[in-house]
Amino acid sequence: MAGLFGLGIAVFFVLRHLLVPEGFGVYGHYRAGALADNMTVPARYAGASACGDCHADVVAAREGGRHARIGCEACHGPLSAHARGSTDAVPRRPNGRELCLSCHLANVARPKAFPQVTIPDHGDAGPCLACHKAHAPAIS
Amino acid sequence: MNTTRREFLGRSGCLLVLSASAASAWEAILAGRPEAAESYSTAAHWWGMCIDIGKCIGCGNCVRACKQENDVPLDPTFFRTWVERYHVVPDDLERPLVDSPNGGYDGFPERYQRDDGSKNFFVPKICNHCAASPCVQVCPVGATFDSPDGVVLVDKTYCLGCRYCIQACPYGCRFIDPRSRTVDKCTLCYHRITKGQTTACCEACPTGARRLADFKDPKDPVHAFLRDHPVHVLKPQMATHSKVYYNALDGSVR
Repeated sequence: MAGLFGLGIAVFFVLRHLLVPEGFGVYGHYRAGALADNMTVPARYAGASACGDCHADVVAAREGGRHARIGCEACHGPLSAHARGSTDAVPRRPNGRELCLSCHLANVARPKAFPQVTIPDHGDAGPCLACHKAHAPAIS
Repeated sequence: MNTTRREFLGRSGCLLVLSASAASAWEAILAGRPEAAESYSTAAHWWGMCIDIGKCIGCGNCVRACKQENDVPLDPTFFRTWVERYHVVPDDLERPLVDSPNGGYDGFPERYQRDDGSKNFFVPKICNHCAASPCVQVCPVGATFDSPDGVVLVDKTYCLGCRYCIQACPYGCRFIDPRSRTVDKCTLCYHRITKGQTTACCEACPTGARRLADFKDPKDPVHAFLRDHPVHVLKPQMATHSKVYYNALDGSVR
């Protein structure tokens, strides 16, 4: 009887060892390694500070302008491969009008204080970059 | 062998208790301290987000950035973050018209009239990283969990794809990834914030409408933000202890 009881306990521990993943319960009711799994996803956005390391001229051009605090990758797309030095990853030169209007086309749901344009009325529908510079948009 | 029933039960009980504690001690030794080698300490952070509705222009940059950063399927049904447009007419303040074409991925073509008396605004939505998440409570296998630094994460190797958490989330922030058939959701860019970067959506937001917040960092501007603004969370009646705080949240937002 005692042997059977002992065997039952042994079977329980063997099954438990096989079924419960490693690290389960270290921090809580989950596998501790899942934290590391979520941390090790490769990042595609490098962050504006990484851009400034090389492109100090653009940082200077933006200084004081209305666009100075916008992340570079907000317009140029994710560039961590470029920041790591890959020659294949070339930053995109955004299509001026399309990009400008994605933020500045008049829309009733946009905050009223945000600068918005209606196209036929503003600048004779010419290219935005004829008057504005993307990095410092105020017309001087 | 003369063993009384009392002795047998006593010894068996001892064996059971001792082997269980030995087993858990041995497991702890085997697992080691996973965090010891990292420069990041989960105990030093408590993550959340602040969203300023008065600054959101509905450009969709956050939606596009999130999909690219986290390799979210491009189909219009899968979003880790999305933007909704609210149209509240004065006659019916309780029932706003809400639309979110492709989650705001392509922006919002104009639909409403200016100066017709209605209220119109954008509301970015994201996982609220609740401190008392219904999704964590219902997961039958511990695949969805609260990390020690307050981020609700998914263990994709352990998720069964049972969809219970999708039903439990009051904010609709979860979906089944059709490639892995496991659940997927916003991780608050855990791979970025644990390395000192901000999330992809915050990185791409041109107006600063979204800001990552570390509530345990005394220098984080979130404390001034919470002090100086009329903030609210979504669905406080659900008692989820959401950590995404909205400034100027209209009462019609659900």
